[in-house]
Amino acid sequence: MKRRDFIQLAGLGAGAMMMPAIPSFSNPVEIERILDPIMDVTQKKQLADIALNTAKSLGATYADVRIGRYLNQFVTTREKKVQNILNTESFGVGVRVIANGTWGFGASNQVTPEGIKKATQSAIAIAKANSKFQKEPVKLAPNPSYGEVSWKTPIKKNGFEVSIKDKVDLLLNANSKAMEKGASFVNSIMFLVNEQKYFANTEGSYIDQDIHRTWPNFSVTMVDRQSGQFKNRSAFSAPVGMGYEYLDGRPEDKIQGPGGIILYNNSYDIVEDATMAAEQAKQMIAAKSVEPGKYDLVLEPSHMWLTIHESVGHPTELDRVLGYEANYAGTSFLTLDKWESKNFQFGNKVVNFVADKTQPGSLGAVGYDDEGVKCKSWDLIKDGVLVNYQAIRDQVSILKQKESHGCCYSQSWSDVQFQRMANVSLQPGKTQLTPEQMISGVDKGIYIVKDGSFSIDQQRYNFQFGGVLFFEIKNGKIAGMLKDVAYQANTQEFWNSCVAICDERDYRLNGAFNDGKGQPSQSNAVSHGSATTRFNGINVINTGRTI
Amino acid sequence: MPIFSKEEAQALLKKVLSYSKADECEVNLSASDNSNIRYARNAVSTSGKVSQKSLAVSSAFGKKLGVATINEFDDASLEKVVRRSEELARLAPENPEFVSFLGPQQYAEAKTFIPATAAITPQQRAEFVAQSINVAKAQKAVAAGFLEDNAGFSAMMNSKGLFAYGTSSNVNFSVTVRTEDGKGSGYATRGYNDVTKLDTKAATQIATDKGVKSATAKAIEPGKYTVILEPAASAVLLERILFGLDARQADEGRSFLSKPGGQTRLGEKLMDERVNIYSDPSHPELPTSTWSGDGRPQEKISWIEKGVIKNLSYSRYWAQKKGVKAVPGPDAFVMEGGSASLEDLIRSTKKGILVTRLWYIRDVDPQTLLLTGLTRDGTFYIENGKIQFPIKNFRFNESPVIMLNNVEELGKPERTVSVESNQNYLIPPMKIRDFTFTSLSDAV
Repeated sequence: MKRRDFIQLAGLGAGAMMMPAIPSFSNPVEIERILDPIMDVTQKKQLADIALNTAKSLGATYADVRIGRYLNQFVTTREKKVQNILNTESFGVGVRVIANGTWGFGASNQVTPEGIKKATQSAIAIAKANSKFQKEPVKLAPNPSYGEVSWKTPIKKNGFEVSIKDKVDLLLNANSKAMEKGASFVNSIMFLVNEQKYFANTEGSYIDQDIHRTWPNFSVTMVDRQSGQFKNRSAFSAPVGMGYEYLDGRPEDKIQGPGGIILYNNSYDIVEDATMAAEQAKQMIAAKSVEPGKYDLVLEPSHMWLTIHESVGHPTELDRVLGYEANYAGTSFLTLDKWESKNFQFGNKVVNFVADKTQPGSLGAVGYDDEGVKCKSWDLIKDGVLVNYQAIRDQVSILKQKESHGCCYSQSWSDVQFQRMANVSLQPGKTQLTPEQMISGVDKGIYIVKDGSFSIDQQRYNFQFGGVLFFEIKNGKIAGMLKDVAYQANTQEFWNSCVAICDERDYRLNGAFNDGKGQPSQSNAVSHGSATTRFNGINVINTGRTI
Repeated sequence: MPIFSKEEAQALLKKVLSYSKADECEVNLSASDNSNIRYARNAVSTSGKVSQKSLAVSSAFGKKLGVATINEFDDASLEKVVRRSEELARLAPENPEFVSFLGPQQYAEAKTFIPATAAITPQQRAEFVAQSINVAKAQKAVAAGFLEDNAGFSAMMNSKGLFAYGTSSNVNFSVTVRTEDGKGSGYATRGYNDVTKLDTKAATQIATDKGVKSATAKAIEPGKYTVILEPAASAVLLERILFGLDARQADEGRSFLSKPGGQTRLGEKLMDERVNIYSDPSHPELPTSTWSGDGRPQEKISWIEKGVIKNLSYSRYWAQKKGVKAVPGPDAFVMEGGSASLEDLIRSTKKGILVTRLWYIRDVDPQTLLLTGLTRDGTFYIENGKIQFPIKNFRFNESPVIMLNNVEELGKPERTVSVESNQNYLIPPMKIRDFTFTSLSDAV
């Protein structure tokens, strides 16, 4: 995940400035402009055909065009103040071609016949120039022509249509509840995304999609001026592929968790959570510093997602395995020989991972990916064994598979699409087990809630994760809060030490808006689901220091 | 996008301000060309060019601020964007932290623009890559790399009479070279304002040598070791100190520069007395902009002097509240060193580890600036003044503040690029005792 974006929008750890930067090529606009569709599907199809015809006439053997409108809204506050209200729009067209067996890409913010022709010509010129360096021509896996189709995130309430005043009132109310409970500082943000994407290719697909994402978040900071200590408690919300209905905080979506905490499933109560956060931040300062050593870990889904993301999501990306990301994010320990052996024991037998681009409410859910492939789900790890990777049209033939997995994505019309992580989720256990029952079987352990610090090597062997809340487990019972906790492990050893997974009643999604990959770096939104999971004998270090 | 001359920029900005009806108005104008080429498995994978221009108008009525931007510069569009910012300002809630725009300032001339960098052609880019790939291929190794260059200008003007203008250019290059069997990996990175200084062949040769020499690495026990950090390795740790110099956070008690009892560590000796870190926009080896985005002059500032925290950075609001000079945060920094080369540092080491690169740096505890991450792309064991053998990568948990208390020796500073932030810095190779490695990694 990209560190700077994470700090800026998610972690809010440092707390001071939370002004989101205007995304590149975006312009601040008024809400009326956001709610205006500006161009209908007929116009988009006409413009797309100009790109496709121009590309073919210049010798392209394949072309696709994406007319994209990317809308964001940020409302940021701190304590009693509104810091910023920002609506942004980015509108343009990206054209990708294969000429001389080589990819070329061109983009323009002039969504006119002339602008589209120019972008296409530029894509062709780049493809031809780079074909000198090409070793093998690009080979695309077959993909059906879908004709004219559309897909929309099944939202109940469009967040952009909810008044700014309602959002400001909600955030300021959450802030004031945290301050009443003694918080030193609160930063909060409402972040909405709408991607209006039109895709067409020379194979006859014309795909219109309307994608929504919502992310309420805060950081409550408690400072003990006397001892000089401070702790941040982040929100227990998840970024979701839903509309503003996520903020409804329905009673049936609240979960009473171990240690007296409240967790959330399909909707979120930000005011209640902020109140809890202030109380817990106080306890975090007063908590006992952890004794380093081996512990059984009980990891809650709002924590698990990031461990899954880094240790399972990334190493199963085929382009990393092949070396395309070697200079930046790195390669992968899950080399092709391990997959070919059909017996590489990635994890214990209870471990099953599914990659998915369709799960309702997830950040990865779309109808079709950014190269026009209909989305689906597929197994990555079955009964602990590596069975597949994540791959797109120009690489899936390496796996001797006939169709793309449908996980191609670009963050904007101005960036070229490439393989990006699907939702990768740990399947719940098949026997009935609640988190309380799981904890009752642990003699010496730690129950960890919500993601914190994270770091993993470039082949995804060695990782270290922190968290937000740490509860000591002694003889099957929660025995108070701990601090200064981080766990270190080797990916394969870690997943082989996974001994139990709670059942589907405890299965929840969490994720990130801003997973970074590629050069220049692009962001991708992705969710990861799991139920509470137990790992035996994991190495825990103490991170307390004095300066 | 053509780069506007100072006079052209001034004329355009004056025109925009002439449309303003707000209490105060400020206009920021910028344009740039950004190009890149990427390669992997000894072949080009993608390349692209993005041109952008933007004009942002900030209008204020009292403490109510509205911002609007546009990328078309005809008269009608310019007037429209001014009106739009004024409408947004009228609708905005009052911002109690709004500070009236700055009046006229004096700026030194920036030395950040080199015409040769602005004139790089697609053919040159391809040639830079070809030279790199050829070096790797010749040694039966596999290169993956990225070259990006940009050139542009920025200017601002406001209704209080402030005017600032500057041009800049930069090229960053990085390459990872792996042995065909995947057992060795080396890295090199270069950053310059002036592309004529870039030698991708020489940089790739260094990466290839590291890659070949790092194969067949042995595992040694994690623990506390004397380390020699190449500048590319220490850059990603040191920049975290510089990112954390904000006075408001320190005053609010939520920074490593806050201390028990409610005070900050400003003026306190926190590191070895050989540690001197400053920023200087006019440094010939590392020129940066002479003004910040809100129009404040960027001047030479000492941040850490003889190990003492000498200055903190301030927003204009917080400086006004505290009654101090509003010093903006730095765009880059220089850490002073000595005259020793990396080889000299190795020669004087009885037992230690050479770290050529650190990777995936994340905060573990903001209270102590404890960071974690891993060594990558060439880590070597040193004994009796010589590199003995390559070693497997380590995870570390270390605070740069603690690390700079454990300085053994500093070498001659050189310009490097942070792989985390893409920023360029001047940093010496350094020898540090008791650097904390906490576990082994099998990653190559």
